[in-house]
Amino acid sequence: MSNENFFVQAFVYLAAAVVTVPISKRLGLGSVLGYLIAGVVIGPFGLRLVGQEGQDVMRFAEFGVVMMLFLVGLQLQPELLWRMRVPILGLGGLQLVANVTLLSGIGLLLGLPWQSSVAIALILPFSSTAIGVQTLTERGLMKTEGGQSAFSILLFQAVAVIPILALLPLLSTTSMESVSQAGTGSALAGWQQTLLVMGTVGGIVVGGRFLMRPVFRFIAATRLREIFTATALLLVVGITLAMQAVGLSPALGTFVAGVVLAESEYRHELNSTVEPFQSLLLGLFFLSVGASINFNLVLGQPLLIFGLIVGVSILKSGVLIGLGKLFKLDLNQSILFAFALVQGDEFAFVLFSFAAQTNVISERLAGSLIAVVALSMLLSPIFMIAYDRLIAPRFISQSDNPEADEIDDNENAVIIAGFGRFGQIVGRLLLANGYPITVLEHNPAQIETLRRFGWKVFYGDASRIDLLYASGAEQAKLLVVAIDDSEQILEIVDLARKHFPNLKILARAIDRRHAYELIRRGVDVIRRETFESALDMGVEALKLLGVRSYKAYRSAQTFRQHDKEALQDMAFVEGDDAALMARSRQLTQDLERILQSDEQEVAHEVDRSWDILAQQQDIHLQN
Amino acid sequence: MGKPNRILILFAHPALEKSRINRQLIRSVRGMDSITIHDLYEQYPNFHIDVKTEQDLLLAHDIIVFQHPFYWYSVPAILKEWQDLVLEYGFAYGEEGTALQGKKFLSAITTGGSEQAYCRQGHNYFTIRELLAPIEQTARLCGMEYLPPFIVQGTHQLREPHQIARYAEHYRRAIALLRNNTLEWEQLRQYKHLNYYLEHESNTLESPLHVQ
Repeated sequence: MSNENFFVQAFVYLAAAVVTVPISKRLGLGSVLGYLIAGVVIGPFGLRLVGQEGQDVMRFAEFGVVMMLFLVGLQLQPELLWRMRVPILGLGGLQLVANVTLLSGIGLLLGLPWQSSVAIALILPFSSTAIGVQTLTERGLMKTEGGQSAFSILLFQAVAVIPILALLPLLSTTSMESVSQAGTGSALAGWQQTLLVMGTVGGIVVGGRFLMRPVFRFIAATRLREIFTATALLLVVGITLAMQAVGLSPALGTFVAGVVLAESEYRHELNSTVEPFQSLLLGLFFLSVGASINFNLVLGQPLLIFGLIVGVSILKSGVLIGLGKLFKLDLNQSILFAFALVQGDEFAFVLFSFAAQTNVISERLAGSLIAVVALSMLLSPIFMIAYDRLIAPRFISQSDNPEADEIDDNENAVIIAGFGRFGQIVGRLLLANGYPITVLEHNPAQIETLRRFGWKVFYGDASRIDLLYASGAEQAKLLVVAIDDSEQILEIVDLARKHFPNLKILARAIDRRHAYELIRRGVDVIRRETFESALDMGVEALKLLGVRSYKAYRSAQTFRQHDKEALQDMAFVEGDDAALMARSRQLTQDLERILQSDEQEVAHEVDRSWDILAQQQDIHLQN
Repeated sequence: MGKPNRILILFAHPALEKSRINRQLIRSVRGMDSITIHDLYEQYPNFHIDVKTEQDLLLAHDIIVFQHPFYWYSVPAILKEWQDLVLEYGFAYGEEGTALQGKKFLSAITTGGSEQAYCRQGHNYFTIRELLAPIEQTARLCGMEYLPPFIVQGTHQLREPHQIARYAEHYRRAIALLRNNTLEWEQLRQYKHLNYYLEHESNTLESPLHVQ
């Protein structure tokens, strides 16, 4: 592929995406369908802008799926994953077993050899993680019961791919030697393979836990953002290579790495770093899927293909709805996850080609099945639209608490940016009152110390909008900006106000001028970092001078109130420094008058007493 | 004479620096043995009362005194806050709330209006004892004996230092009598105000009581 060619291709893919996806999204069809359609349009059966090299692009773009699993893993702390063990093993396992049994039976009935039947039955039940997760996330359904069930099944499938890869060659009708070469790439015995798998996954867990944190800390300390990005990508690519080397699913490997790193302070930063790459690659992946659909095959035998799609879809969703009933899901949620998983998996492309190579099934059948899977991927967004429009509305009255699920506890209502001397006090008070907080801090050394004290702190520069998104600013109620850089505080405030209009902002003001800036920006709560403690010390000084503590306290209250009003007033004084100075002097004089008039009152105390009338009357009576 | 009564004076004046009477009263009892002066506004300028400490103080004394100016026919704000927080269910009242039972309680108050103002014909319509009923009942509910209050009235007319000094001396004498258990409790209960008892007592006794 020449350089020029590369740019032409990039242009074609990007242009197709830029034109189609927004339209599709605007029409309510979702981005996945947009990409797929764009792929069809530029593919060999559309404008013929992409030819066979689309296959290479797809293989490259599959990396997007790997990254997606990494990001999904980042959202799932181990304990969360542990809580999902029943749906993962139960739902996932039963889904596969039921489908495989039914599909092989049907295959046999249709007169296929048993090897082919089993091979097809092993491949077709898989559902595309990319499409499933993307469509669910896009609709905000990922955290519903149905969404989580769908995800559990996808997770199980990611693991199940490994034994199936090992199993397929055994079904081959040709000799074993060629199989083992084409297969897992290693001729190890079963127990060796198992050990290797466990060793690799164990390596990722241990490495992620003990090796990656120091590495990221070291990298973060350089404050070079692109190096952090490079490290994150290096991690994902490295795991992919390692997993491929031992014949495992790279997606599974990065998922495990994601889960391990979900507990680290770099969770949000990693998320926002990898996400753009992931989205782009995933889009590219969908594009190439669209471009790879062989419409010649489809048009050659439309009834067969159509029949297969309908049959497989009905079978798969039937099994899922049945399982939903078994696991006591609402019918509404069962249908949701059945529809989200109705499509075939991109992995089926590989597996079918592989099965054809090893003569488990015929080339022609493989081609047809690949077309079926690709078309079903095209159909699944349409199924989801049908769900949105036709099915969900019927259940609205029934499902009073569709959001009530125990898994949605990742995002906290309060985000504290900066956890130094200032942020810590705010955070401790909130925590002591039982309000969980999400803390962002960009000093790795500080994070290290805090983590040692058991604080859950994340690495990240809060002035990056993507990081704010990643830490849940959309769902949060409060953002406490407690960093010590005045310019950056203003930056964050501007960003947050623009992107999260519902988020209440509490900002630390470094000095008076900074406070004016914040007031002019309409920040909800502003506190000058040294004001309260200085005022407090003033109170103590007054007390040592012999002033009664309640009077000193009251005086400070008056001072605070007056100063607060003055601050508001001054923030909007137009003009130069001279005008500011004049106004300031005026306000100071006002304050002195207020506080000292209180002093002079002593002399007139009797006249102003609350029962002055009584006194006058007494005098009256006595006279 | 036996063991002296330990007396806790809960003192509440939001602006002692402006006070003329209460300052002299509290000064007169400062430093006496077995007397604890607890200045609430000084201790808790932000009204954040430490309930445990306050309850421990109550437990460590036999006679509880509320000394304060009579604001709006009641106690200054902090003393109300003190009652609301410290006199808890289960401590001061209720099934297990027997911590204060058997203690004695005294109000020591100053009013701007004279005694004549506190009667049906007067400006305040009610008598002092009537107006003090909520505090008296609070003490009763806690199982404490409510003693006739010590009252300095007509403080607006008290301009002369020697007048004020006389009241201060009365107060000191009252506190000393209570501490030393050297008064006729039965007789005291007959009087509306502790001040009347003192007058009666100083008339009958030839030698004034000496207080260290």
